[in-house]
Amino acid sequence: MTATAVEAPEAQPAAAVEKPLSWKMPLLLGSVGILSFIFFGLMTPGGGATTTFVLSRSGDLFTIPAFDVPSQPVAIALTLAATALAALSAWGVRNRRQFGVWLPSTVGLLVVLAVLVWAGAGKTATSIQITGLLIGTVVLAVPLVFGSLAGMLCERSGIINIAIEGQLLAGAFLAALVGGAVASATGSDAVGAYAGLIAAPLAGALVGAALTLFAVKYWVNQIVVGVVLNVLVVGLTNFFFGTLMKNNPELNRAIGLPDLPIPLLSKIPVLGPVLFDQNILVYSMYVIVAVLNVMLFRSRWGLRMRAVGEHPKAADTVGIKVNRTRVRNTILGGAVAGFGGAFFTVASGLAFNKEMTGGKGYIALAAMILGRWSPKGALAAALLFGFADSLREQFGIIGTAIPSQFLAMLPYLATIFAVAGLVGHVRPPAAEGIPYKK
Amino acid sequence: MSAEVDKTETAEAGKPPRDTRALLREIAESNSLVVVLAVVASLIIGGFLIVLASPAVEEALGYFFARPADTFKAAWDAVSSAYSAMFRGAVWNYNGDTFAQQFRPITETLTMATPLIFAGLGLGMGFRAGLFNIGAQGQMMIGAMLGAYVGFAWNLPPVLHLIVAVTACALGGALWGFIPGILKARTGAHEVIVTIMLNYVAANLLGFALSKDAFQRPGSDNPQSPAVADSAAYPLILGDNYRLHLGFIVALLAAVGVWWLMERSTWGFRFRAVGANPNAARTAGMNVSIAIVGVMTIAGALAGLAGSAQILGTERSLTAGIAGSFGFDAITVALLGRSRPLGTVMAAILFGGLRAAGPALQVQAQLPIDIVLIIQSLIVLFIAAPPLVRFLFRLPAPSREKVVTA
Amino acid sequence: MRLELKGITKRFGTFTANDSIDLLVESGSVHALLGENGAGKSTLMNVLFGLYDADEGEILLDGEPANFVGPGDAMAAGIGMVHQHFMLVHPFTVAENVMLGHEDVRGPAKLLDLEAARAKVKEISDRFNFDVDPDAVIEDLPVGAQQRVEIIKALSRDAQVLILDEPTAVLTPQETDELLGIVKDLRDAGTAVVLITHKLREVKAVADTITVIRRGKVVGTAEPTASQEELASLMVGRDVSMTVDKEDATPGDVVLEVRDLAVVDEAGIARLNSVSFDVHRGEILAIAGVQGNGQTELTEALLGLEKATAGRAVLDGEIITGRSIKDVLMAGLGFVPEDRTEHGIVADMTIANNLILDLHDQPPYAKGVALQPGVIADEARKHVEAFDVRTTGIGQTAGSLSGGNQQKVVLARELSRPLKLLIASNPTRGLDVGSIEFVHKRIIAERDSGAGVIIVSSELDEVVALADRIAVMYHGDIVGIVPPDTDRDTLGLMMAGAHEEEAA
Repeated sequence: MTATAVEAPEAQPAAAVEKPLSWKMPLLLGSVGILSFIFFGLMTPGGGATTTFVLSRSGDLFTIPAFDVPSQPVAIALTLAATALAALSAWGVRNRRQFGVWLPSTVGLLVVLAVLVWAGAGKTATSIQITGLLIGTVVLAVPLVFGSLAGMLCERSGIINIAIEGQLLAGAFLAALVGGAVASATGSDAVGAYAGLIAAPLAGALVGAALTLFAVKYWVNQIVVGVVLNVLVVGLTNFFFGTLMKNNPELNRAIGLPDLPIPLLSKIPVLGPVLFDQNILVYSMYVIVAVLNVMLFRSRWGLRMRAVGEHPKAADTVGIKVNRTRVRNTILGGAVAGFGGAFFTVASGLAFNKEMTGGKGYIALAAMILGRWSPKGALAAALLFGFADSLREQFGIIGTAIPSQFLAMLPYLATIFAVAGLVGHVRPPAAEGIPYKK
Repeated sequence: MSAEVDKTETAEAGKPPRDTRALLREIAESNSLVVVLAVVASLIIGGFLIVLASPAVEEALGYFFARPADTFKAAWDAVSSAYSAMFRGAVWNYNGDTFAQQFRPITETLTMATPLIFAGLGLGMGFRAGLFNIGAQGQMMIGAMLGAYVGFAWNLPPVLHLIVAVTACALGGALWGFIPGILKARTGAHEVIVTIMLNYVAANLLGFALSKDAFQRPGSDNPQSPAVADSAAYPLILGDNYRLHLGFIVALLAAVGVWWLMERSTWGFRFRAVGANPNAARTAGMNVSIAIVGVMTIAGALAGLAGSAQILGTERSLTAGIAGSFGFDAITVALLGRSRPLGTVMAAILFGGLRAAGPALQVQAQLPIDIVLIIQSLIVLFIAAPPLVRFLFRLPAPSREKVVTA
Repeated sequence: MRLELKGITKRFGTFTANDSIDLLVESGSVHALLGENGAGKSTLMNVLFGLYDADEGEILLDGEPANFVGPGDAMAAGIGMVHQHFMLVHPFTVAENVMLGHEDVRGPAKLLDLEAARAKVKEISDRFNFDVDPDAVIEDLPVGAQQRVEIIKALSRDAQVLILDEPTAVLTPQETDELLGIVKDLRDAGTAVVLITHKLREVKAVADTITVIRRGKVVGTAEPTASQEELASLMVGRDVSMTVDKEDATPGDVVLEVRDLAVVDEAGIARLNSVSFDVHRGEILAIAGVQGNGQTELTEALLGLEKATAGRAVLDGEIITGRSIKDVLMAGLGFVPEDRTEHGIVADMTIANNLILDLHDQPPYAKGVALQPGVIADEARKHVEAFDVRTTGIGQTAGSLSGGNQQKVVLARELSRPLKLLIASNPTRGLDVGSIEFVHKRIIAERDSGAGVIIVSSELDEVVALADRIAVMYHGDIVGIVPPDTDRDTLGLMMAGAHEEEAA
C-alpha cells in the first residue's frame, strides 16, 4: 500500500475553532469618535463662546430655564468621552467581552450632543430648541414607522414589499379624497379628516392585494412587481389629481386631524409636547408598534407568520396554509402603510399633491432593514432617521457648515453600511422573495 | 426527492408536428403575442380611465337614461381624441401645417427613447447576469454631473470635447455601478437595497453640487449649471428643426455593442453563465465576483451614457431633475424588452413615444400626462404575468410555462 | 391503530412512481420499506402524508377510508412524519418548532403558552432519553438532535404512526445506533413505525416486517430473519455484485499527492482533518463512506471551491491548493460534481455552451475575447455524438435533458481537456442502468489512458466495482486505504470509524 492512513482518529468530535475577532465595531466607533473630536471638538469656537439650549415651552407645567454651556470645553469633553467608549469597545473585543447595544447608542448620543453644541456655538441670536427638534423627530418618523411595519409584515411572511412607497402614496391620496368628500358633505373638516384616516388603509390594502396577486398567484418577481406598482400608483394618483381633484377642488382641500393633547401628560416639559400633544394617527402608531411587537414574537399568528417566511415547507407540513398566510399579511401590510400614508395629507393638514411621499417609502424599507425586521427595531430606526431629518431642519434655521444634503444622506448611507455587514449582521427571513410552489 | 430524478429522466423533448393547428397554437402560446396583447390590454384600461376623467362623459351620464347613446358617444370621443392626440404627439402629426411639424413627433419619440435605450441596455445586462440594478437613476445623475462639469468648465477642441464629456458621463455612471457591484461581490450586500439607497445619495450629491458656486451660473444662486459648450454637445442630426441628436445613433451602436458583448464575447458568456447558475459557473473556473463587478460597472457606464443623452443632448444644463424618471422607466423598458438589446431598443422607442405623446395629450386632449405612466406600468405587469394575459383574452395555456424572473 | 394502503398509484406525467402498492402497518411494530434510491418510497409516504394526491387507491385507518387533503389532515389522524430534509424552522427554538401548527395559547391576550410547549418537549424528551433542551435554537443543534426534535414534534401530536424517511442518511454511525434504539422504544410504547431506507443493516436490526419496493412496485415481503443477500437481491432485482468490465490497473507514478489537507468551515467546525494520500496514474482510487463525512469537502478543496485551511495538494509536481479554480482546471484536473444541476450544468444555457463552460475563453473556442460560434457548434456536435447525448440539437437547453444526458454533457466537457486527474463524485446518482454503464466505461477509459481517477460514492457497490484501491472516510478522516477485494463487513466497519486492523 502506498498511502498511509492518518494517525489515530478516535472519532473525536470535530473540534470547534475559536471564531476570529471582529474589529469592525471598535474601528467604526473609534473613527466616529476621533473624527468628531477633530471636527466638532477642536473646531468648535473657543474663547468663551457658549451654546444656548432651550428645553421648555410656554404652557408647560413648570419651566426649565434655558441654559448656556461653554461650547468648546463641552464639545471636547463629549467627543473625548465618545472616543473613550470606542476604546472600551476595543478592549471588549480583545477580551471577548460583549457589550450591549447601549455602547454604540451612547457613542451616537454623545456625538450628536457635541454636534449640537458645535452648531450653536457663539450664536447669540439663536438657540438649540431641544423640544422642537424632538417633536420634529417624532412627526417625521411617523410615515417611516408605518412604512417599515408594512414592509416587516410582508417580509416576515416571505413577500418582499418594495411597494411601500406606492402604498403610502395611495393612502395619502385616498385620505385626502375621502376626507374632502366627507368634509364637504358634512360641513365638518374634523369629521372629514377622520373619514379620510379610515379610508387610507383601504388604498394601501388594494396595492398590497395587487402585489400579492402577482407574487403569489403568478410568481412574478416580487421586486419587479413592487417597483412597477410604485410607478402605477404615481401614475394613478397624478392622473386623478390632474382630473378629478382639479375639476372638483372641494375633493382636495387642506383639512387636518385635530391635535388631542392628553391632559396633564402633555404639559410635562419636553416629553409632553413631543409625545402627548399629537393627533390620533401618532397615538395609533404607539399602539400598533407595541401590539405588533408582542404579536409577532408571542402570538400564534406571529409564530406562524415567521415560520412561513423562514421555512414555508415546514409550515406546510404542520398544516399551516402558506400562501393564505402570505396573502393576508401582504394585504394587512399594505393597509398599515396606507394608514401611515394619511400622515402626508389629513394628519398634517395638507392637501394632496403629486408624488408627495417623496421617497419616504424607500427610507421606510431602510428602517425595516436597520431595525432587523422587528417592530421595536423599526421604531428605533425610524426615529433615528426622523431625528436626522429634524436636525436638518433645525440646522437650516440656525445655519451651519454641514450641508443639509449630507444630513439627508445619513439614512441611506447607514443602510448601505448595514446591508454590507459593516455594522453587525442583518439577516432577512430565509424564504423571502421565493414563491411557494407545492 | 427520488421522484424528481425520475421525472426528469422521462422528460421528452420531442417537438409537435407542424400542422396548421399546431402552428396556431404555437402563436397563441408565444411570447410575442403576449407582448402585443399586454399592450392592447393596457391601452384598454387606459381608455377606461380616460372615460372616467372626461367631463363630457360625466355630463352625458347625468341624462344617461334619457339618451344613453350620448354617453357612449362622449366616451368614444374622449378615448379616440386622447389616443389620436397620442398618435399625433408620438408618430405623425397629420394636422401639422408644414412637413417639419408633421415629422417632428417621431423625432421627439426617438429623442425621448435615447436615454431609455442606454439605461435599459445596462439594466437588461444586469438582469441576464442575475443582478437587480434599481440604480440607473443615480448612475445617470452622477454621470450627468461629471459630464456637465467637463462640458461647461473645460475648454477643449470640438470633437475631443464631446468625446471627453461623454467619457466623463460613462465614468461617473460606472463608478456608481461599481459600488453596489463590489459590495455585492465582497460582502453579499443585496444590490437592490444598495442601488436604491445610492439613488438617494446621488440625488443629494447632485443637490449639494448645485448649491456650490462651481456648478452654478456666474452671479446666480439658482440650482442650475451653466449650459455645456457647443463643442461638448451631441450635434443635432436632422438639423435645427428637430431635437434628435447624435446620442441616438450612439445608443443604437451601444445596443449592437451590448449584443456583441453578451452573445459573442467571452465576457458575455461568463455574465450569462453567472446569471443563470453562479455555482456551476464557479465550478467551471469562472470568477463570479469579477463578473458581478464587471456587469454592474458596465451597466453603470451605460446609465451614465443615458445621463449624457440628457446633459449633452436635450437639456444642456444640469438641474436636480436632470435624470427625470428615465432611470426608473428604464427598468420597465428592460423588462419589456426581455433584457435583449433589440427588444430593449423597441421597448424604449415605445415608451419614448408614450413620453413624447405627453404634451400633446395635455394640450389637445386636456389629459394629464400621467396616463402614460399608468399604461407603461400596466404593460410591464401584464407582460410579467403571461397567465393573466391569457386569462383575460381566453387563450390556451402553453404546454410548458416559463416563469418570468427578471 | 391499523393503517392500510390499498392499490396506491401515483403518476408524474408519463412516469409511474407508485404502481398499485399495498401496505399494512400495525401498532407496536416496525415496518421497513426497503428500496433503492428512486424506487418510489418517498413518493408513497408523501401520498400517505397528504402532500401528494394519489391517482388511484385508498388509505384505510382502522378499516375506515381516509382522505387527506393536506398534511394537517394526516396529522390529525395520528400520522407523523420525519422528513429526510428536516422541516424545522432554523431561527426558532425547539419548543417553538414543536408547538408550531398546534399552539396552545393562554391568558386574555391569547399569547403563546411557551411554558406548556417546554413542558411537553421535556416530558417526551425525558420519556425517551432524548436529552433535548426546549430552549435551544435549532440552527445551533447537531443533526442528530434536530432529528430527535422532529420525532418530538410528531409525538407531541400524538402520532400513532410515525414515518421515518431515510432517517440515517445524515447520521453518524453512533447517532444511527441511538436512533435505532429510539425506534425500538417507540415500538415498545405502542407506536407503529414505518422506516423508509435502503440500508440493509438497519432493516435487519429493527424491522418486524419488511416490504421491498423496486421501480414503484412492491416486489416482495420478507422476514427480518432473511439474509442481507436475499434482501439485497430483492431490492436491486439482479445479482448484488455489480460488475464492470475492466482490466487490472497498471498504476504509474504518483500524479496527485495530498498532504495534511484540512478544511474548517465558517462556524469553526473542522470538516476535513489533515488527510494525506496519493493517487497514481492509471488507477482509480474510490472514496467510500457515509455521506457527509468529509468527502465533499475533500473534493471541493482539491478543486479550490472550498478553501483549504491547511495542508497542500500537488498535481504532477504543481501545487494546486491556494490556486484559482481556473488554474487548477487548466493544470489538468477534471471535476464531475456531486450535484449535477447545482454545480454541473447551467440549465438555461444550450448544450453547446455547457460543453465549453470551462474552455470558453481558450482557443479554438475564442479568439481574444471573441467567441467562435462556428467552432463551438462543430465541437459540440462531435461531443454529442461521441458521448451519445440524446437530444434534438446542440441548441437545446441543458435543463431540458434527462439526468443521464445531462451527466453525459458534464463528462464530455470534463474529459475534453487533457486530464491528469479526474475527480467524479457520485457520478451515477439518479441515472438509469444504461447511462450508469456508459459513465462507468468512460471513467475506466480515462484511467486506461493514464489519468489518475478519484471516485467518491456512497454506494458501496459502485465503489467495489470501480476501485483499484478504496479509501474509507469517516468524520473528516481517511480511516484506511484498502484493496478492492476487501470484504464488505470490513468496509462497513471502517465506514463506521473502525481502523483497518480492527475491522479485519
